[in-house]
Amino acid sequence: MPLRAKVASSVSRTAAALSRAAGRGDGSVIGGWIGLKIDPDLLAHLSTGRAIALVSGTNGKTTTTRLTTAAVGVLGPVATNSFGANMPTGHTSALAKAGTTPYAVLEVDEHYLPQVLEATEPRVVALLNLSRDQLDRAKEVAMMAQLWRAALVKHPDVHVVANADDPMVVWATVDHTAVTWFSAGQRWHDDSWVCPECGSPIERADEQWWCTGCPLRRPEAQWVVEDDGVVDPTGAWHKIVLQLPGRVNLGNAATALAVAAQFGVRPTDAVSRLGGVASVAGRYAQVVRDGRNIRLLLAKNPASWLEAFDMADEAPTLLSINARDPDGLDTSWLFDVDFAPLRGRQVLITGDRAYDLAVRLDVNGVPFQHVRTFTEAVAAVPVGRLEVIANYTAFQDIRAELDRVN
Amino acid sequence: MSTDPYSMAQDPYSVSPHGEGPYRTSPYGEPVPAGTTSALRIVWIYPDLLSTYGDRGNMLILGRRAQQRGMPVELIEVRSDQPLPTTADIYLLGGGEDGPQALAAQRLIADGGLHRAVAQGSVVFAVCAGYQLLGSSFVAKGTTCAGLQLLDLHSDRGPSRAVGELAGEIDPRLGLPPLTGFENHGGRTHLGPDAAPLARVTTGIGNDGATEGAWRGKLLGTYSHGPALARNPALADLLLRWATGTSALPPLDDTWSDRLRAERLAATRAA
Repeated sequence: MPLRAKVASSVSRTAAALSRAAGRGDGSVIGGWIGLKIDPDLLAHLSTGRAIALVSGTNGKTTTTRLTTAAVGVLGPVATNSFGANMPTGHTSALAKAGTTPYAVLEVDEHYLPQVLEATEPRVVALLNLSRDQLDRAKEVAMMAQLWRAALVKHPDVHVVANADDPMVVWATVDHTAVTWFSAGQRWHDDSWVCPECGSPIERADEQWWCTGCPLRRPEAQWVVEDDGVVDPTGAWHKIVLQLPGRVNLGNAATALAVAAQFGVRPTDAVSRLGGVASVAGRYAQVVRDGRNIRLLLAKNPASWLEAFDMADEAPTLLSINARDPDGLDTSWLFDVDFAPLRGRQVLITGDRAYDLAVRLDVNGVPFQHVRTFTEAVAAVPVGRLEVIANYTAFQDIRAELDRVN
Repeated sequence: MSTDPYSMAQDPYSVSPHGEGPYRTSPYGEPVPAGTTSALRIVWIYPDLLSTYGDRGNMLILGRRAQQRGMPVELIEVRSDQPLPTTADIYLLGGGEDGPQALAAQRLIADGGLHRAVAQGSVVFAVCAGYQLLGSSFVAKGTTCAGLQLLDLHSDRGPSRAVGELAGEIDPRLGLPPLTGFENHGGRTHLGPDAAPLARVTTGIGNDGATEGAWRGKLLGTYSHGPALARNPALADLLLRWATGTSALPPLDDTWSDRLRAERLAATRAA
């Protein structure tokens, strides 16, 4: 590593440590920011000599990164940005902090995939899904797929592990030859009714989908979720026992195994490590308070709300919605979510934008009770399970109430 | 709960928008044969193209408010490869990206069904990209595209994207309380003499920073995007009154939408 990069890397680690010590955060962004000021190529320098996997997509990237890190860990130490700091500053900080490791697994914000591909020259890129998310400031779905497609054309040697069930992801990789397909099922279809290639309608039947106007169709998947396990490319079925709930996490596990296989990890060696992951930056964390077993589920956009309803038990449920900068300022997406699965459960609502949620639930025919605080919510439900589903800053608020549970 | 009709799976969201044919089972009750019903028929035009952000909400809200007044309702989603029924009472157009917006205009012009429906006195409520479609022309992907020419207006590109809270005083002839919504568009819209502005802007951009939306007869468009009626139940009721020809509807319990309106209007005044 050039001297400038060494200095930048060292200063970056120090700044991160100071940030943590000062209680200003987990240090996962500030260190990288300072390091990149000193050496703009620091991320590239820190990437040299490591076998790297990138994980990107609208949903599931933090959890899939965590599971992939566990799987690749079979081979040795793995650097990773485990706090969800998924932009170049976070990558820089994570690699600097980890020191020399043979492997790295990095979660990448979907907007930043082109420049992180450029800087890190990864061996593998996992592409999970693309759906609507904070359209008041993010790119529209088709534009994001185009951004990915253009970036991948410049990196023909990188091996792509991609979701066969998402037409937008498949279209983003049509120019690529080195692709391994996984199938994890996809509950959300409302951003892929129209072919991104030709504008014709996309038809679906069972797990298949195809464009009615051009050759774009679902490729055959090599890694497939089946029952409570994953089928690998040889046809062998591996039982997956996770602490994380929901079918979506079985899909994330399949993706992790597919990525790890590109590093030479056999699925039989990795499955037990996946079961060791209990929560991911507070997601899925369970806390007992006043006899209530509280479980935290993060849901940031329509597709992830559908998955959260699938994960949640039939139990009292608190929904919390904010619309601060990190959440997106627009709450319109609430009408893209069908809250009907909550009928019959005790539903409580809170958050900055509880009234938006109240109107939505009213139209949806879901009875609810409005509470002002998290404490009030806990007091309003019987002893036992309380599911909490919240969007980003609302989730962080509740996590703070629970002493920043991880 | 079991006596509440809304405790049943009546939310059409659980139905695939790409089911069979344009005439569909009513999600609010028994199957209704095509064209033989006295139900209030609400058509959502091209959800496969024009459904960017919660646009389904307008259909759900109209359906809910009609049903609460005891009106039978049929909600119909018509995909862009299906013919548009011409005898529905209310037609809804949502927002969309440039490509789908241009495609929707081409298909609606070729189909001709919406023009026939409007000639027969149907109600049209359009938001965002759908609102631009109602005019003579709009700009998508840098190209000027022909609109439906149902409202006397045309749209071009503005100097910046308009994103944020939108509020305005609605045309007094419509007798409605202030408009509140969220806008997210790059276009600016210029009204001709045959279209009246829906509102005078108090917060946000709307058409051009001064006026917002447009209406004529039973056609009404707004830049308040997505589920615009969630914050404007009185506007939803205006559409229902136009559709049913009644001058007044029984009041509903609007506690939550009233609180939401008060909160959003206070937030825009404070900003």
